[in-house]
Amino acid sequence: MAKKQMTGSEKLILAQTQLKANLKKRKKTVFAVILGIAAFIICNVLISTGALGRQGSGLLVPICINIMLAVSLNLIVGFLGELSLGHAGFMSVGAYAGCLFTIHANLPTIIEFPLALIIGGLTAAVFGVIIGLPALRLNGDYLAIVTLAFGEIIRSIINSLDFTGGAGGLKGINKFSNFSVAYIAAMITIVVIVNLVNSRHGRAITAIRDNIISAEATGINVVFYKLLSFVIAAFFAGAAGVLYGHHLAILKPGTFDFNKSIEILVIVVLGGMGSIPGSIIAAIVITLLPEVLRDLSDYRMLIYSIALIVMMLSSSSTHLAELRMKIRKKLGLSGRKGVA
Amino acid sequence: MPLLQVKNLGINFGGLKAVDDFSVNIEKGMLYGLIGPNGAGKTTVFNLLTGVYKPSTGTFRLDGQILNGKSPIEINRMGIARTFQNIRLFSHMSVMDNVKVGLHNHQTYNVFDGIFRTPKYYREEKAMNEEAVELLKVFDLEKEKDNRAYNLPYGKQRKLEIARALATKPKLLLLDEPAAGMNPNETEELMSTIRFVRDNFDMTILLIEHDMRLVGGICEEVTVLNFGTELAKGKTSEVLNDPRVITAYLGE
Repeated sequence: MAKKQMTGSEKLILAQTQLKANLKKRKKTVFAVILGIAAFIICNVLISTGALGRQGSGLLVPICINIMLAVSLNLIVGFLGELSLGHAGFMSVGAYAGCLFTIHANLPTIIEFPLALIIGGLTAAVFGVIIGLPALRLNGDYLAIVTLAFGEIIRSIINSLDFTGGAGGLKGINKFSNFSVAYIAAMITIVVIVNLVNSRHGRAITAIRDNIISAEATGINVVFYKLLSFVIAAFFAGAAGVLYGHHLAILKPGTFDFNKSIEILVIVVLGGMGSIPGSIIAAIVITLLPEVLRDLSDYRMLIYSIALIVMMLSSSSTHLAELRMKIRKKLGLSGRKGVA
Repeated sequence: MPLLQVKNLGINFGGLKAVDDFSVNIEKGMLYGLIGPNGAGKTTVFNLLTGVYKPSTGTFRLDGQILNGKSPIEINRMGIARTFQNIRLFSHMSVMDNVKVGLHNHQTYNVFDGIFRTPKYYREEKAMNEEAVELLKVFDLEKEKDNRAYNLPYGKQRKLEIARALATKPKLLLLDEPAAGMNPNETEELMSTIRFVRDNFDMTILLIEHDMRLVGGICEEVTVLNFGTELAKGKTSEVLNDPRVITAYLGE
């Protein structure tokens, strides 16, 4: 490697710029941690004072679940660049595995529930490998169709099996999910995926999205990284499914249909592909929106759709982008990493 | 022993012999040119050497190791890196990250180190950043390091692609029309960059080019391809004055 002799002042300038860059990075991390803790405390205060009401506090767990689903799907759609329409499939596999475990196991809750989350995640991850394998040969629309079919097949299988409760649903699930557990699970999802994306492995995944031919020519193991993305995304979708089952106390195969997958995809696209903060915010908005509009009864779905269209249009408008830049500058944060 | 030994390499697409009986020996540290009219099979030779296509006949060795039949990934790891005729950058990633993808296989921290941010992660990332900046400096790109690759002007995109290829630490660098679309000044600059790379990185370079000033200026030896077969081979100045070569390029 070519190395130029540096003079003392050059070294000093280099050290200074590195220090500045480090501070900037650290500032971003500190900001995220403070925001995370603050959100947790505020939500807990609101729950205990009853300011949110029954309906409001009942939405906190679904928000966390949707954040997990959206952030994990973003790894496939936003970073790997493959369209997956089967995320609800992974979610259902995990949900049934985790819920069957807590129904049949007899352990203290503090061990049983985290174990159920991991079992749900791992089961879904196995299916992630199964779906990831054709993904090595297919891409674009073709892969989207395969993942879509996967979701539907899983749903029909669960529908016809006995031990899953069939179409009647799986009943007798303990209501283990509470805000704290869901919040921690969502945080773990975010931290894992953000850290992954900002490592050499994440860069390899993003490189495959940007140009698969030159990724191969650069020595990136495309097969491995495609599978890795599917496995990690499926794991967190499965864990989210376990939370979901223990939140509602009943699982019905019909919940995990095509619409559910699309709903998650809508969150990812709305938040911006390749943007984790975007996915989080969009997950919150999309979960709250139907509830906020509940009073409008008949017009609810109509307004929901219109709101979606307006949000999609405005999220890609240049005025809004400028506004975002300004806010970011004021907070001293640099731009995001993924696709615009 | 030559660094790259290519023996009777050929490939058929159906009945079409795109490349036939292509042989070349390239010594370590050499700047070798591959020229020929459009459709002569130059890029096909590159695709054969990088494993994109599997050769129908012949063999090629790098440093004595047989490489034919290996995948592009394996071939890159064994020491051949390339650039593309139509630039293929990771366009939505930063300039810095493009180079860091090139350094990917020279880091050893695994997925868990990455996710749980072990000391190994920080140590290797830091080394990686320093190495990437060092490499960007060579191509005068360090000011652009945080920009997205697609925002770079054309000439700089070409340079970044070379930087990324070099980051994989190859023994042999294949450049596919590095001067395409460049003005004479940019070509001049590119020529000195290529020379610099060869001298300072101990690199052996095989390049495809249509710009005869560039070929004449920096290549020590050339092979001329025409209709997939070798038309002439040897010292650059002699080959470029060969009447057969002139005919192939300009017609009768």
